[in-house]
Amino acid sequence: MAVLVADPCRLLVQGLGRDGSFQAQRIVEYGTNMVAAVHPNRAGMKFMDEVPYFETAREAVEATGANTGLVFVPAPFAMDAILEQADAGISLIVSITEGVPVQDMMKAKAYLDRTNSRLLGPNCPGLIHPGERIKLGIIPGAAVTPGNVGVVSRSGTLTYEAVAQLGAVGMGQSTCVGIGGDPIPGTNFIDVLTEFQDDEETEAIVLIGEIGGTREQAAAQFIKENVTKPVVASIAGQTAPPGKRMGHAGAIITGRAGLASEKNKALEAAGATVVESPAYIGEAMAGILG
Amino acid sequence: MNLHEYQAKQIFKDYGIPVLPWRIVESADEARNAAEELGCPVIVKAQVHAGGRGKAGGVKFAATVDEAVDAASGMLGTRMVTHQTGPSGVPVNKVMVTPAADIAHEYYLSVVMDGDEGAPVIIATREGGVEIEQVAEEHPEKIVRIVGDPLIGLLPYRARDAALALGFPSALIRPATALVSNAYRIFTDNDCSLVEINPLIETEDGNLIALDAKVGIEDDALFRHPGLRQLHDPDQMDPLEREASEFDLAYVKLEGGRVGCMVNGAGLAMATMDITKWAGAEPANFLDIGGSADLDRIEHAFKIIVSDPDVEIILVNLFAGIARSDVVATGVINAAREVGSTKPVVAAMRGTNAEEGLQLFEESGMDITPAPDMASAAIVLRDKLASMGGRN
Repeated sequence: MAVLVADPCRLLVQGLGRDGSFQAQRIVEYGTNMVAAVHPNRAGMKFMDEVPYFETAREAVEATGANTGLVFVPAPFAMDAILEQADAGISLIVSITEGVPVQDMMKAKAYLDRTNSRLLGPNCPGLIHPGERIKLGIIPGAAVTPGNVGVVSRSGTLTYEAVAQLGAVGMGQSTCVGIGGDPIPGTNFIDVLTEFQDDEETEAIVLIGEIGGTREQAAAQFIKENVTKPVVASIAGQTAPPGKRMGHAGAIITGRAGLASEKNKALEAAGATVVESPAYIGEAMAGILG
Repeated sequence: MNLHEYQAKQIFKDYGIPVLPWRIVESADEARNAAEELGCPVIVKAQVHAGGRGKAGGVKFAATVDEAVDAASGMLGTRMVTHQTGPSGVPVNKVMVTPAADIAHEYYLSVVMDGDEGAPVIIATREGGVEIEQVAEEHPEKIVRIVGDPLIGLLPYRARDAALALGFPSALIRPATALVSNAYRIFTDNDCSLVEINPLIETEDGNLIALDAKVGIEDDALFRHPGLRQLHDPDQMDPLEREASEFDLAYVKLEGGRVGCMVNGAGLAMATMDITKWAGAEPANFLDIGGSADLDRIEHAFKIIVSDPDVEIILVNLFAGIARSDVVATGVINAAREVGSTKPVVAAMRGTNAEEGLQLFEESGMDITPAPDMASAAIVLRDKLASMGGRN
């Protein structure tokens, strides 16, 4: 069973413009149970000739029992869509959208804390569970294979990197979770580590962090106290200069704690196997589980 | 997006934060008029997007009008190099002339977003006028931190807490409380990434004045602040970063590197920089071409990388999910031919249409060495660098 996701997963996708539609099609083709589409002025029509469109998330939830939501809505409207889904009773909301203003996310997160909804993202590749063929986002289905390694990452492309290497050494994945590169993510490393520790399917964990913030240190503390499964970790951005944003809004060194070296130190002290580059994750995991 | 001091001070003024009067001048004549009008002594301040301008000669005291003219003339038209700029510095096109103040005490106050708290935080200290990072390292107990509420904002009593913790004299508690509240309001109203007053001064005659002003606006929120967007001064950007931003490419020039990096995805781009170091050289840039980069953007990205004179070799690392490797390869080949670049390329390509991409490279007749993955690319790069010799 996929971590974080309700069982059975009933997916609503909101924001079916050009990119959203392209991705939603991949999601359906992969085998995900998409039950509703939400987009303005399309009520009564069907996405891919089978999934009904609704004007609002609430109508979609009432008619289809959707419990999981994806947000492909453009950044200026993303907060509204996320909170619309939360108010409609969606339990897991995944927001792929990049470039959501930080102060929108600040408010959204505080609002979500009063609801029973969890947000994954924004600015993340989402989640994929190859065993049950559940794909909530843009992680390519062809890249992953079923198995027992849980992957959690702040970066989309480094998730693919880790998965490819695990595949090369013959290791599949339980669930792969991208928590996103923004300064205020809906779901943190600790939330996912909690799930992986309790997940019977997951035998080992890959954690990929990057510069900026102190979430890797918090994850390290949590690993030390609560995680008994082996963890292989890598932090991107050892050569990044301070004060410069490295693409991701959250990837900026503003203090000592934001340095890759500080994060590596904390993770090593917590007993994780820290590799110099994400390029060596497969090798390290093979050495542990081999 | 960073604002100039004079732009930030205008915002301060609009929000009731006390600042001294100023004039912005672009010539010696204007400087003379400004100094005469304001009355000497004055301070002459270069308007640049870089900290550390005081040490770099960008802030000068002028006792007379002639001194003010000399100071302004000495700055205008030059490029200022500080510890925050590259060796080429940033241009001084405007200079501020403002009265000198009688300083009794210097404080530091800023508002920044704390991602871990999920709310803006006030950071302040009685030890103003110095680098806040240094105070935080050496005397963390002297830093006052007050976290706002994401939905309510900063409650007045919390602003008062900040004023009290900073140890203002009792007559200044009320204006200091208002100042803290107003700084917080500037931050939230305008989607700021930073509001900083360093120094915030108490004058000999018992007034509070923001002597300097630094304001940054979050790029992702500029769409809802058209007025602020107009304050953008592209001249202050690194020319290559400026060109990249016009094509919506996330590019950061890094000093002293010789390996140009072209990657899709921010995380992979950072990891590529890191592995360059493992291979024995410094990266010359961070570049994320983005997920759905089209041919045009890829061509521009490659041109920007090779136009950097520091770049001797290019490392392309692609893990194509949405992007297509063959499109990236075509873009690289087109751009290299167009600008006549003969700089060698090491290319790792995986994901969508990777084989087609590598095939195109092979058929191009260019100096391109393919590699099956990032780790192998690093080894190829290391060997190439060794054969090229030269600096690290």
